Amino acid sequence: MNLTNVVASAVKLLNRVSDEIDTIITNPEVEARIDAVPANLGPYGVDPFGFDPQYLKRYAGLLVWMYRKYFRVQAIGTERIPEGRCLLVANHSGQLPFDAAMISTALFVEREPPRFVRSMLERFVPDTPFVSTFMARCGQILGTPENCRRVLSNGDAILVFPEGVGGLNKTWRERYHLQRFGQGFMRLAIETQTPIVPVVVIGAEEQAPSFFNAKALGKTFGLPAFPITATHPLIPGLGLLPLPVRYHIYFGEPLRFEGDANDEDEVIVKKVETVRSTMQAMVDDGLASRHHVFW
Amino acid sequence: MRILITGISGRLGRRVAQRLRRHHEIIGVDRRPCPALPTDVVHHRVDLRRRPAEDVFRNSNVDAVIHMGVVHNFRIPAEKLYARNIISTETLLNYVSKYGVKKLVLLSSGDVYGPSPQNSHFLNEEAPLLASQRFPEIRALVAVDRMVQSFFWKYPDIETVILRPSFIVGPNVRNAPSKYFGLTVVPTLMGFDPMVQLIHEDDLLRMMEASLQPQLRGVFNLTSTPPVPLSRIVKILGKPTVPVPAFVAKALLERAWRYRLTSFPAPELDHIRYSTVLDTSRARRELNAEPERSLYEILEPFRVDGRTDEAG
Repeated sequence: MNLTNVVASAVKLLNRVSDEIDTIITNPEVEARIDAVPANLGPYGVDPFGFDPQYLKRYAGLLVWMYRKYFRVQAIGTERIPEGRCLLVANHSGQLPFDAAMISTALFVEREPPRFVRSMLERFVPDTPFVSTFMARCGQILGTPENCRRVLSNGDAILVFPEGVGGLNKTWRERYHLQRFGQGFMRLAIETQTPIVPVVVIGAEEQAPSFFNAKALGKTFGLPAFPITATHPLIPGLGLLPLPVRYHIYFGEPLRFEGDANDEDEVIVKKVETVRSTMQAMVDDGLASRHHVFW
Repeated sequence: MRILITGISGRLGRRVAQRLRRHHEIIGVDRRPCPALPTDVVHHRVDLRRRPAEDVFRNSNVDAVIHMGVVHNFRIPAEKLYARNIISTETLLNYVSKYGVKKLVLLSSGDVYGPSPQNSHFLNEEAPLLASQRFPEIRALVAVDRMVQSFFWKYPDIETVILRPSFIVGPNVRNAPSKYFGLTVVPTLMGFDPMVQLIHEDDLLRMMEASLQPQLRGVFNLTSTPPVPLSRIVKILGKPTVPVPAFVAKALLERAWRYRLTSFPAPELDHIRYSTVLDTSRARRELNAEPERSLYEILEPFRVDGRTDEAG
């Protein structure tokens, strides 16, 4: 008898928790916003890149909940993002790319009508089971120049992290210090005459402080990095869950660059440096005006 | 127009002959016998690599050649398959230039790009042909495509067309995709759901006919359907699926292939793992042959009866 009571109350508790999760996941407001996103859907409900709004609906509620309740994101300057094609260039941090998810969610939540951003995936993603499918159905694509050109020529927005995993998986000592930038985004911006919007995320660095990046270990798992944090890999699977830090996302004034996309490295590097120093200044300002890591 | 078709004895070859004979004069060349051909189609049972093949060209005054005699059977030892395809294509190209043929159409395949995790999402006709990188046995098909490409540049007066269709499916096709959709239980790779395009054989035939129009030349990707996730196709089929981890599937299939228990070579698994989406905008612009078959029509023969599809 006693056992049945325990089971009954456990079931009740589980029901309450799952109800709570249900209300987070099936958020009619979010679903309405997804429907409002202009998408080029074929007769089978996906766009040519594999984006499936119905699939996204299953996760968008959770993302918006994280945006509002977990990271309590403060997005500043979303109105600066121009209409039409643009390249959002952001700093990368936090071991797992929640910063990408939150920047995309910011544009989805704060803009009228909601703006859909595609982020450029790292090379290892298409070969990773589940992740590859999840990313594709959410409209994310592999970061090849050809893919970028296609998206930009459709007048869409792209999110790139020129630091790559070098920024994402940097250790605690290097926090808020922008790593080496790639040149690809600049050549692309010049070639397609796309405005660059510098984006800076403050807060993500503290979500999962890492002491060391065991790259060799990551390689054996087919991953580009293997951060050692206080909880990872001690707690398998959950060790990289982010701390509930507060995110501040700053969108800067659009930058426009002209010239020859096939210029020599030195010329391009100079232009990249302009973006990088602009962003480092935004990072420093953001840090100075932040009161606390968690609120 | 007098059209010579290589590989006419294949299922698709016969269909092409039957379709084109309504407006053209058809000559068939194949080393296999060709039963059930209409009487007005002349079939020469010769090997392209042997002398009598030249006589066919010398005596027939051919206007156009459709080359679909590329052998895809991966059970044939790789070196043999390679030699056979390369030499017969080389000989054919030779005759085409020597006997004043005005048009050459190669039925290549969208497979020549090769599924790979590094591919850009859309592959246009200028994308590199990387198929043999992960699937060495396919190198003959890539080489044939390349040979015809260089022929295109070498002989600007001959209208050379290369057709690269997505997966061909239809009642007369017995290729890997058709066999895969015909399985009672459809295995998929766990965690992978690539975008897939299909082309119905009827659409392919219409596009092949359209490629014969005067002045048309170049390389064309072809498809009937827009890219669709594989999971949606399986759902339309209404069949049970088994998700198998990729490394398990690969190990099993390699062994099964060695012991001749399957007709799928293991590298074919990449097709249900990575997307290969052909950019077919050039064909839409220049070919004047819009695809007519929808995904549902294409999959109809493979569907389990009595199941209603939920993907509508």
